[in-house]
Amino acid sequence: MNTTPLWASETFWKKTAIWVTAVSFLLLIVLTFDSMAKVSAGSTARVPAYSVINKKIDYRLNAKLNRYVPVVESDAPLFGKTLSDEEAEKLVTLGKKTFQAKNCINCHTILGNGAYYAPDLTKSWLDPNWVDETNRETLMLAFLQDPAGNARSYGTGRRMPDLGITEDEARGLIAFLKWTAAIDTNGFPHNFKTLYAQENQ
Amino acid sequence: MSVGVLDSRNLNGGQKLAVKYFIVAMVLFVAQILFGLLAAVQFLAPGFLFETLDFSVNRMLHINAMIVWMLYGFIGAVYWFLEEESGVEIVGLKLGEIAFWVLTAAVGVVVLVYLFLQIGAGDDTTRWLINEGREYIEAPRWADIGIVAVMLVFFYNVAGTFSKGRWSGVSGVLTLDLVALVGLYLAGMFYTTNVTVDHYWWWWVVHLWVEATWEVLVGCIMAWSLMKLLGARRKIVQTWLYIEVALMFGSGILGLGHHYFWIGTPEYWFPIGGFFSALEPIPLVAMVVHSIYDAGVHKFKSTNHPALGWVIAHTFGNFFGAGVWGFMHTLPQINLYTHGTQWTASHGHLSFFGAYATINIAFFYLAVQQWRGNVWMGANLADNGWKWKWSMVLLNLGVVGMTVALLIAGYEQSFIERAIEGSTWSGYFAAQTHPWFTQAMFWRLIFGIVTAVGLVLLIWDLATIGARETRPALVIERPEEPGIKAAVVETA
Repeated sequence: MNTTPLWASETFWKKTAIWVTAVSFLLLIVLTFDSMAKVSAGSTARVPAYSVINKKIDYRLNAKLNRYVPVVESDAPLFGKTLSDEEAEKLVTLGKKTFQAKNCINCHTILGNGAYYAPDLTKSWLDPNWVDETNRETLMLAFLQDPAGNARSYGTGRRMPDLGITEDEARGLIAFLKWTAAIDTNGFPHNFKTLYAQENQ
Repeated sequence: MSVGVLDSRNLNGGQKLAVKYFIVAMVLFVAQILFGLLAAVQFLAPGFLFETLDFSVNRMLHINAMIVWMLYGFIGAVYWFLEEESGVEIVGLKLGEIAFWVLTAAVGVVVLVYLFLQIGAGDDTTRWLINEGREYIEAPRWADIGIVAVMLVFFYNVAGTFSKGRWSGVSGVLTLDLVALVGLYLAGMFYTTNVTVDHYWWWWVVHLWVEATWEVLVGCIMAWSLMKLLGARRKIVQTWLYIEVALMFGSGILGLGHHYFWIGTPEYWFPIGGFFSALEPIPLVAMVVHSIYDAGVHKFKSTNHPALGWVIAHTFGNFFGAGVWGFMHTLPQINLYTHGTQWTASHGHLSFFGAYATINIAFFYLAVQQWRGNVWMGANLADNGWKWKWSMVLLNLGVVGMTVALLIAGYEQSFIERAIEGSTWSGYFAAQTHPWFTQAMFWRLIFGIVTAVGLVLLIWDLATIGARETRPALVIERPEEPGIKAAVVETA
């Protein structure tokens, strides 16, 4: 049939499909380059350098933006030891590899992605569950190495299984979680009251 | 040709390979439901299999089995129609056979390692040999490399066969889509400590597979199925396919932005992700219109009733599960509260079932029909076809029931854990112990069992439908080409 209008013709839609796909993909590539430049560790305030674990980190409402943002404050070295950039990266790397090796993501979420059987870990470093700043590191180390023995399931009966996490791996995990807490996640989670906020109440 | 008996002489070379893929797909479908049920029980009885088969293992196997059985279904479907669509025998079929056995052996080893080793030390060896620990793509690196190698063989079979035979709109779209499918998988094959960068590229694989390239792949399978089932005209089917590709990639590629709201990426992803993902349901509406229109034009007269039933379930499931359920929580203004809750699980259940399980099941019916010598599968089946009808009802009811239960749990979590409690751990558990949540988890398990019963019935039906049937399949005349059977592929 020669009477097929342009909008219903196969060739018109074929060309449209090719152009739309090509342009969309090209835009994605450009945006990816831009995003990568802005999220490499330490390049901007969005994703901090790994040595941020030497600092005190909080998460507070920014009244101007009307959303929660990470706040990096005074010196507060993890486990009482200030690390160089390389040392900090090494420790966070051990933590991230442990996070993957223990399959944490299939119970927990991080940055909101993962499974929903256990709490989100994005701001776990700041969770009021750790009661106060002074005991936090000790409690976290003890919990990760013997999660069933130190279980706090808040009435659900859910416990974290023993994953054979060594002390070094536990230190790495804590460093990884502290660093993660300092990432600017555009206000997610909202209305999260950190352990500092609860201390000040 | 022997009618009513399963006989491999009824199949061409590609189809013989396809049924192998379909059989493994069904085995993995059973595994998916089994591990899903175990995980569902653990929400209600957390001590169940504690430190033996923990939730993390069951959940990983539940989802991995699903992804792999769907891929097996798609690959099988393509092998199934490759010879008819190209008009020649498959190029490199022997290599394709070897690739099937390699892939299946690798899947078997990975499952055994997941079950018995589960985890490892926090080093590179674990990631290479045991578990990569990244959601949905947990397969260790050695398996990733194997998967890519097998996909390249598959691509060679497809591109080589079409190049030797004839190209069509369907085969052109399919071949280019496979390039994207293989290429995107590579984006997930590296390690980085930076969790933001990690999630950025991880979504390239996960989103651009399921919300773009998989959708186009099933678009191709659908297009071919409609020609086969209804005798739909190629010109119309292919025009629709191009429209769908334009809309699917036009919305889905930049719709990727809806995963970049909260992972540390710049704020410009709010408008980009919000806008383009809001458009994502449109191609799915087009698919519904297309299939229902075609079925209506042909007065629902089809060569295979169960397959047509599942094709229609696919279009609606895809539209509601992927389209509506996705759109409901995609805008950042609501996603701030729904992100990382059972909301996502609700969407996941309906969309994967609606978009992908359904079309694969439709294809299994097409396959079993031919395998039994192109046997009758229209109206008046033996026993009134109660098995396919009831399995379809139970599977759809089960999945919709789970979807609604999880949606209620997701609402409750969004309000209590996120909005009121501010997502602290105590807020998380406050939501998990609320009766609205625990009741929802109870109903999810009940509907999970309904789904499992539907699956058992489906397997029984696929194993028996058409047995002892003596009538040959309905011959559908193409209106524009009288005398040409639907099964015969016209020259493009």
